[in-house]
Amino acid sequence: MLFQDIIFWVLAVTAIGAALGVVLIRDLFRSALLLAVVFVAVAGFFALLSAEFLAVVQVLIYVGAISILFIFAIMLTRNVREGNLPNRLQLPAVLFPALLLAALVVAVVSSDWRPIPEEELGRAQLTQTQAVNIVAEETLAAEGFSTAAALENAQQAGLADLLIGAFVLPFEAVSLLLLAALIGGLALARSRGG
Amino acid sequence: MLEDYFRQYGLIAILALVAVAVPTSMLAFSWLASRVGIRPANPTPVKLETYECGVETIGGAWNRFNFRYYLYAILFVIFDVEVVFLYPWATKFIRLELFALIEMGVFVAILLVGWAYAWRKRDLEWGS
Repeated sequence: MLFQDIIFWVLAVTAIGAALGVVLIRDLFRSALLLAVVFVAVAGFFALLSAEFLAVVQVLIYVGAISILFIFAIMLTRNVREGNLPNRLQLPAVLFPALLLAALVVAVVSSDWRPIPEEELGRAQLTQTQAVNIVAEETLAAEGFSTAAALENAQQAGLADLLIGAFVLPFEAVSLLLLAALIGGLALARSRGG
Repeated sequence: MLEDYFRQYGLIAILALVAVAVPTSMLAFSWLASRVGIRPANPTPVKLETYECGVETIGGAWNRFNFRYYLYAILFVIFDVEVVFLYPWATKFIRLELFALIEMGVFVAILLVGWAYAWRKRDLEWGS
């Protein structure tokens, strides 16, 4: 457990330090890069919680796609050398994150954090992972979930089964949604007459 | 049991360690070599220029980028999201049946329409 604690604190310090950098550094471009660091640290937290799929998605979507869009938006829309433009959004910028923080603190404090009994720890950890992946308990028992190999094996089984099983129509609809987003984005971004 | 599970991350830790150690040791060795006099320190303006594949650099790097890059960014983001769906499918590919392959084929085919659209509309060309 000590090893995990060290990793946790390294990630926590990285995440908070980078997050402070995002808001304190005046250079918008460097802020965006630091935001990517925050996303990577959050991916580390997911991995630490043995939610590998979420960790991978976090890296793919947030570090890959979202950060790219931020950086592109900054690089494309205005000259970075001009620095940050002043604006009058300080008050809402304080107010809304403060509200969000308050909501999170209330949620954390009011939650029932009962420690899990030692003998159920493995199962609990797996259940937590399966929040995304959803594996039937019988399947886990059949595969002998108490070994690390089975734990790894069980990781994405649920999601893949659901994608091609019960949720096949939404799954294919997602591709249509992505297609619409792609064509819409390209049509909007294309220069006129191009 | 959980310790075994997390021990698998040891490989990633070793990889990260090597990734940090190689460039750090290069810089450290270079600095050390300059200290003991193996590496000469004779900077000239030409040496201190930014190296860009042998091409002379023009202006700074903090320019506004061409807007056409955004089209590529959109394409990248869409196919990046596609990977999220491919990933759980790929990890269980051996266990899945033919139907799963067809489904993923349909999924990818629909997205390829978007790529064909971008190609047809000459979004991937720089000439115009």
